[in-house]
Amino acid sequence: MFKKILVANRGEIAVRVIRACRELGVTSVAVFSDVDRASLHVRKADEAYHIGPAAAAESYLNVTKILGVAKLCGADAIHPGYGFLSENSRFAQACAEAGVKFIGPSAASMEMMGSKTRARQEMEKAGIPLVPGAARGLESAEQAAQIAAKIGYPIMLKAAAGGGGKGMRLVHSPAELKPALEAAQSESLRAFGDAEVYVEKAIVNPRHIEMQVLADEQGNTVYLGERECSIQRRHQKVLEESPSPVVDPDMRRRMGEVAVRVAKAASYTNAGTVEFLVDPDKNFYFLEMNTRLQVEHPVTELITGLDLVHLQIHIAAGEKLPFAQEDIHIRGHAVECRIYAEDPDNNYFPSPGKITLLLAPSGPGIRRDSGMYEGWTVPMDYDPLLAKLIGYGTDRPQAISRLVRALNEYFVGGIKTNISLFRRILRDPDFQAGKFDTGYLDRLLKSGAPEAARGDAEVAAIAAGIFAILEGESTVASNGRPSANSANGSAASGWKRAARVEAVKEVASSL
Amino acid sequence: MVYEVTIDGKNYRLDLGRADGRWQCRIDGREVQMDAVLARTDVLSVLIEGKAYEVKRERTATDMHLWVGAARYAAELRDPRSLRSRKAASGGETGPKKLVAPMSGRVVRVLLPENATVEAGQGVVVVEAMKMQNEIKSPKKGTVQKIVAAEGANVNAGEVLAIVE
Repeated sequence: MFKKILVANRGEIAVRVIRACRELGVTSVAVFSDVDRASLHVRKADEAYHIGPAAAAESYLNVTKILGVAKLCGADAIHPGYGFLSENSRFAQACAEAGVKFIGPSAASMEMMGSKTRARQEMEKAGIPLVPGAARGLESAEQAAQIAAKIGYPIMLKAAAGGGGKGMRLVHSPAELKPALEAAQSESLRAFGDAEVYVEKAIVNPRHIEMQVLADEQGNTVYLGERECSIQRRHQKVLEESPSPVVDPDMRRRMGEVAVRVAKAASYTNAGTVEFLVDPDKNFYFLEMNTRLQVEHPVTELITGLDLVHLQIHIAAGEKLPFAQEDIHIRGHAVECRIYAEDPDNNYFPSPGKITLLLAPSGPGIRRDSGMYEGWTVPMDYDPLLAKLIGYGTDRPQAISRLVRALNEYFVGGIKTNISLFRRILRDPDFQAGKFDTGYLDRLLKSGAPEAARGDAEVAAIAAGIFAILEGESTVASNGRPSANSANGSAASGWKRAARVEAVKEVASSL
Repeated sequence: MVYEVTIDGKNYRLDLGRADGRWQCRIDGREVQMDAVLARTDVLSVLIEGKAYEVKRERTATDMHLWVGAARYAAELRDPRSLRSRKAASGGETGPKKLVAPMSGRVVRVLLPENATVEAGQGVVVVEAMKMQNEIKSPKKGTVQKIVAAEGANVNAGEVLAIVE
């Protein structure tokens, strides 16, 4: 087992990995940029080192800097989390050359899957079902138009190096093609340093369902069930669940077996995710493989009872998978909400800023993976994911009702969050019936927000006055009672206290 | 204490007092049984006629919002004895409209030149923050009177990017 793991990430996932290290008795090392000194991952780690300015390219994406820190502090492994360097095969290669174990697949597997075009070519050879399209990057808008005309609109433009919906555009007609291609290329270049974009036929009303796989370095590969990820906005997942409401045991086995074949074709090791598009007739097509831990891994952890980060670390340390496929059983249902710093009333614009008040939910069936705390200022420089709230239940309705209950307990003040969006989704009859696809959320949002119950305006009015009166007193209740000096003025409260003591004495003596 | 309270644009007259640790409350002249405890800064537990509410307060330099359950109310409170004036009502649909940055970020693209005609809802400037590109759209149909934002410039929340006439 490793002695010291450097976590090359920030936010909730860095905290998640640091916690796993602590549980395994491994020393954890955080790295941080100028704007992250006060971030939670730095507070939770055993060691922490500064790696540069806010711009990710100069800090969290700076391979030389991060490997320098690993060498300096004597880390024997690096966990990349998700995003940043997690799917960068050059980084994995550089780790190998520096003698630091990269907790993830080999550089060669990552390279094959990292280029979506190359992955398509390899999977075609392995006989994996694919969406019609071209397995090559586009050279010009004219070429894009030709291919699009051949496979038929609508088409999907995708970044070859892509992930997380970046560099991706849905195109309905030839007129939209050129601007969409340019936008996809520029976004891809910025996000991944690579402008290669390819074209696929857009499956109309698909579901996005993915399969978690785990592979050790001895050649054992298993699947851990699917995750339903169709609830997306701008191709970005916002809510995930497992199991999927449309996947039955037979379909799960078929998808799982294809996922294992995909992993084996890439000589894959460690945790990975095989993404599928599923059409309304439940045909599934290989979309891509994410060669890292997913944001939504907790739903799989809850329904399988496994800790994926522990397993990643054990596998990277050369240990054999401690179970076989037939030992894996799915129990219950889990749903995850991604809590983002964004404003639902203002087109979901990012909303960085200081968190002035944070009330966190707890109780049965609730897991919260968070990177925020009260008093912390959310920087504007990174992805707006603040936390993940996951509800678990014996079945889907119970998981949903627990999550709704917990969302009502969750309060983040000072910045805007998308918490209200989840209340709306989880209460929606179509969602509850499991009737949705990747277009569901856009349609729900377009249908106009149902007016939230505004019947409590009088309560708000009364509260406004109470706050004003209590303002100067700054007293917080102790034990459910206002503290002794909460009455106006300390002299008055002194009198009142004396009177109360007298009253208590009288009662006591009369007993 | 007598307050004038405005909640989401509706005015209430509130008369609040406390004697012997009990609250007295009249709203628009009507007496209400009420008790309140400050659970912590900005969090109030209120009992009104036996019903329990948790009210959370958010304040910025300029305004205050109160959350009752999942609903957020814009709240304004005036002590009628004080001279603080009411907030001026916001302007209507006529006249020039400023497009402001809704958050801090970087201007990555200006989509329309000055004097271009613009439809309501059409993007004018693209601002990038937290790895997302966001189109700042025109609130009305008209012409682009002025582009203030320069491509590549960093902008703060509330900064004017363009003016649509």
